[in-house]
Amino acid sequence: MKVHLSHPTRDVELQGPKRVGDIFKELQLIPEAFLIIRGQDLMTEDEIVADGDSIEVRPVISGG
Amino acid sequence: MKCRKCPQRAVLGMPRHNTAFCGPCLTEFVRTQVQKAIKAQAMFSPEDRILVAVSGGKDSLTLWEILLKLGYRADALYVDLGIEGYSERSHEKVTRFSRDVAQACGSKLIIHTVEADAGAGIKELATLVKRPTCSTCGTIKRYQFNRVAWENKYDVMATGHNLDDEAARLLGNVLQWQEEYLQKQAPTLPASVEGFAKKVKPLYRMTEREIAAYAVVNRIDYLVEECPMAKGAKMLVYKDALNRLEAESPGTKQRFYWGFLDKQKKAAVVSHSSMTDSDQATLLPCESCGQPTTAGTCSFCRMMARAKNPTR
Repeated sequence: MKVHLSHPTRDVELQGPKRVGDIFKELQLIPEAFLIIRGQDLMTEDEIVADGDSIEVRPVISGG
Repeated sequence: MKCRKCPQRAVLGMPRHNTAFCGPCLTEFVRTQVQKAIKAQAMFSPEDRILVAVSGGKDSLTLWEILLKLGYRADALYVDLGIEGYSERSHEKVTRFSRDVAQACGSKLIIHTVEADAGAGIKELATLVKRPTCSTCGTIKRYQFNRVAWENKYDVMATGHNLDDEAARLLGNVLQWQEEYLQKQAPTLPASVEGFAKKVKPLYRMTEREIAAYAVVNRIDYLVEECPMAKGAKMLVYKDALNRLEAESPGTKQRFYWGFLDKQKKAAVVSHSSMTDSDQATLLPCESCGQPTTAGTCSFCRMMARAKNPTR
């Protein structure tokens, strides 16, 4: 699967299928600080991302 | 995961409430929480004219959208900071939202351009006055939002500060024992003296993640990228620390900030003193612009004087 990340902007490839919660663990991200978006839809931690899918890991933290 | 309110698929799990919502139920939940905040903190009534401070980010555009959807009379002010690239993109998000969503509700957008007013963008100004960019930006934004709200007779000024912002700020203030700032950390600050607009934070009950999810579900086109000047900011470190605690113990941020608000309320009752009393005892009109200040000349006017004559 293709995973698009921000801050800094980059794309990484992960082996699928995989649960959203496991993607957080593999990328060492805190779920509270991100949303997972497939197409225009949000995904919860128990949902499965297929190997051919593209997802966005969107940071939600802002502010200086 | 199923929505806890209806049979639909959930789009967001919310561990701090031990619940999960589908898109429409999340939208209803967030709007209800905002309405609850407005009432509980006596922020404003449907008759009041509200000025929302917008930046193009998720919090401020979401706040503007929710207030309009709830039927409030909310205009917005955008301060163009003149940060190359970033300001153009944030400006575009704000004007697009104004055109596509707000105008139909009879709401208007006011734009203030720092460069047109001060002769330089925020980065150059910070260099001229030898201060960190974020602190220069804060002084300018606070000043301009208050000025526009006051001059245009808005009843109240609203900002998109959320639970994460307030909890992180509280953590920073407590870690540094900046007790003088704690009193100013309420979701409603009164128009305590002539020249000060009332200030409110209707999103203080919502986390950043819940607001971002609301924005995605409701197709609010906001600027995802972070301000380039915020890189390495202390607030981001505090937010990260709080999110690590939240992961271990859901509800930590809420207990920390709401618990503080409860204690603040009790302390005010015991001491019989209010923020209005202390402001009236310490604030006087700035000798240069007339806005309230504790010094003879306010920090904004001092900064502008220094920018015009940097060798002084």
